[in-house]
Amino acid sequence: MNARTSIIEASGLIKRFDAVAAVDGLSFTVERGEIFGLVGPDGAGKTATMRMLAGVMRPDQGRIVIDGVDVVADAEEGKQHISYMPQRFGLYEDLTVDENIRFYADLFEVPAQAREERAARLLAASGMTQFRARLAGQLSGGMKQKLGLTCALVHTPQILLLDEPTTGVDPVSRRDFWRILYGLRDEGVTIVISTAYLDEAERCNRLALLDRGRVLYCDTPMALKARMPGALLVITSPAGRKVRDTIAGLSGVSNVILVGDGVHAVVDDAGLRIVELREALRRAAVAVVDIVVGEPSIEDVFVALTQGEATAS
Amino acid sequence: MTDVAAAPQIVVENLGKRFGRFVAVDGVSFRVGRGEIMGFLGPNGAGKSTIIRILCGLLRPSAGRALVAGVDVTKDPERVRERIGYMSQKFSLYRDLSVEENLKFFGGIYRVPRAELAERMRFAIDMAGLGGREKALVSTLAGGWQQRLALGCAVLHRPPILFLDEPTSGVEPTSRRRFWDLIHTLAADGVTVLVSTHYMDEAEYCHRAALINQGRLVAIGSPDELKRTALGGELLLLECANLGPTLAALQQAPGVLDCSVFGNALHVLVADADNALRELPAFLERQGLFPSRLERIRPSLEDVFVRLIAVDTARRRAAA
Repeated sequence: MNARTSIIEASGLIKRFDAVAAVDGLSFTVERGEIFGLVGPDGAGKTATMRMLAGVMRPDQGRIVIDGVDVVADAEEGKQHISYMPQRFGLYEDLTVDENIRFYADLFEVPAQAREERAARLLAASGMTQFRARLAGQLSGGMKQKLGLTCALVHTPQILLLDEPTTGVDPVSRRDFWRILYGLRDEGVTIVISTAYLDEAERCNRLALLDRGRVLYCDTPMALKARMPGALLVITSPAGRKVRDTIAGLSGVSNVILVGDGVHAVVDDAGLRIVELREALRRAAVAVVDIVVGEPSIEDVFVALTQGEATAS
Repeated sequence: MTDVAAAPQIVVENLGKRFGRFVAVDGVSFRVGRGEIMGFLGPNGAGKSTIIRILCGLLRPSAGRALVAGVDVTKDPERVRERIGYMSQKFSLYRDLSVEENLKFFGGIYRVPRAELAERMRFAIDMAGLGGREKALVSTLAGGWQQRLALGCAVLHRPPILFLDEPTSGVEPTSRRRFWDLIHTLAADGVTVLVSTHYMDEAEYCHRAALINQGRLVAIGSPDELKRTALGGELLLLECANLGPTLAALQQAPGVLDCSVFGNALHVLVADADNALRELPAFLERQGLFPSRLERIRPSLEDVFVRLIAVDTARRRAAA
C-alpha cells in the first residue's frame, strides 16, 4: 500500500438519544484506500456513527473531517465523494435488477455508457448477471444486498460507507461480497464497513472495536490479536463438561467455555499451564484428545478486553 | 457425551419435499442423538427451513419420513408440537409485557399444567439470570437478557427437543457465551438441540454440523472432523506486498486448488501443504513475487463451508 494519508478523521463524536449516549466520545482515523471496520455488538453505536459519517445525522459534539472538508459544518460538500449504503437500502422491489441500477445511475448522474460497463462488471463479480431481468422483490437476502451494493457503486465514490451489509447473508454470498470490496480497494476506494459479526472483522485492514459508544481498540486484526492477554488453549475432548468442571478455577485459567469439540480456555502462560492442565485432567480421569495453543478470534480479544467492566447484560 | 445410535431423538430418512416442480428437499437422511447439539447450515434457499418446518409438523413431506422424539411427524403433528420448543432470532417476546407476564403467556400457549407453572417460571427466571427483574418490561432489558428470556419461554413445557434459529445474532459476546453455556447445560440434561444458522462461530458450539446445499445433505460431522477432512486439501496463509498479482499467479500454480483474499493476506488451498511450502516460493519468485510470510493454518468452518458448497454446486452443474 502507498504511504498512508488519512481521508476520514472523526474526533470526540457524541450523539445522545434522550438521555442515552449512543456514541460517547468516539475518535478514529481512516486511511486512504483501506477497508476500515466498525465492529461491535448491537447497541455499540455503529449505525449512529455511520449516519454521522454519511452526513445524514448531526453529532451533538465532535468533528468529522472528510478529505479536508468539515462535514458537520458542510454536509452537502462531504456527500460529493461518499456513497452510503444503510442497513435497509432502498431497492424498488417492483422494479427489476436492471431498472434499479438505472434508477440509481440517473440519480447520481452517471453517463449511460459508464453505467452499462460498471453495472455489467459488478453484476458479473457478484454472480448476478443471469438475474438482471428479475424483480428485486424476488431476490434472496444475499442477492438483495449485492444489488444494493451495485446500486451504491454505479457512480465511482472515493469513500464507501456500508452499514452492516452482510447481516442475514449466507457465507457464500458473504465471500462474493468481500471479493467485490477487495476489488474496490484495489481501485483505490476507501471503505468503512460496520458489522456485529466479530469474525468478519478479520477481513478488514484495520478496525475499531466498539463497545457502548466508545472505541475499545483500533488496530489491524493481527495487532489486536497480539494484544490478547495470555494464550488461548483449544482442548479437544469428548467430555467437554468434565474438562470445564476440572479446570475452571485453576490458577492462571480464565474464560473457560464449552464448544462442540471440547473446551476453549484462556491461560496466562501456555507452556506452564498446558503441563498443569494435562496433569489435573489425568488425575481426574478425564479423556482428552489434544491440548494445543489456538489463534484467538477477535471475539476472544473483545471478551478479554471488556472483562471486568462487563456488568450483567 | 451423546449416543446417536442408542437414543436418536430426531430420525430423518430419505426425506423429500417438492413444491410443484421445484425440489426443495431431496433424499436427506440424518439422525440426532439425545442431548446432542446439531448445527444446521446452508445458503439461503438450501432447504434448511423446509426441513425444520417438516420436523415441527408444519409441512408434510412428499417422500421419506421423519420421527421427532419417537413421533412420526406426518401421522401425529400435534403431538410433535407438544414435544418441541422453538426460538427464533427475533425472540418473539412481547416487549410491552413484563418478564413474568411473558412467561405466563407462553406457559398458557404451551399448555404447562397450572400446578407446575410457578416452578417452571422459577426455573426459567433462574436460568436466564433474571431474578429480581420479574416485573421489568421486556423492552427495558438488554439484548442478552431478552435472548435468555426467550430461551426460558421456549423450554417452559420441558420439550425434549429444541429448535434454535440463528439464536445469537448481534448479541454482545459475553452474553452470547453465557447463552451457549445454557444450551450446553440443557443438552447435558438430555435436551436435543437443532440450531440453524449462517454464522460459523455459532456452528463451532455444536457437537456436530450438517451442511445442506440445494436440498441435499453435503457433509455432516463434528466441527473438528469437518475442518480436518472435508476441505479436500490443506490451507496456507500467504502475506505479500502485492495481493492482486500474487492472487493471479497462484491461480495458475501447480497444486493450488483455490485462492482468495482475506484481509491483508491470501488463503491458498493446496493439495499438499508440504509440497506447496517447498515449491510455491520458487514459483512466485520466478514471476518477481516475494511473499513475506507463508505458513500452514487451520481452516475455519467458513473455509470448509464455502469450499464444499462451491464443489457441490459445480458438480451438479456438470451433471445437469
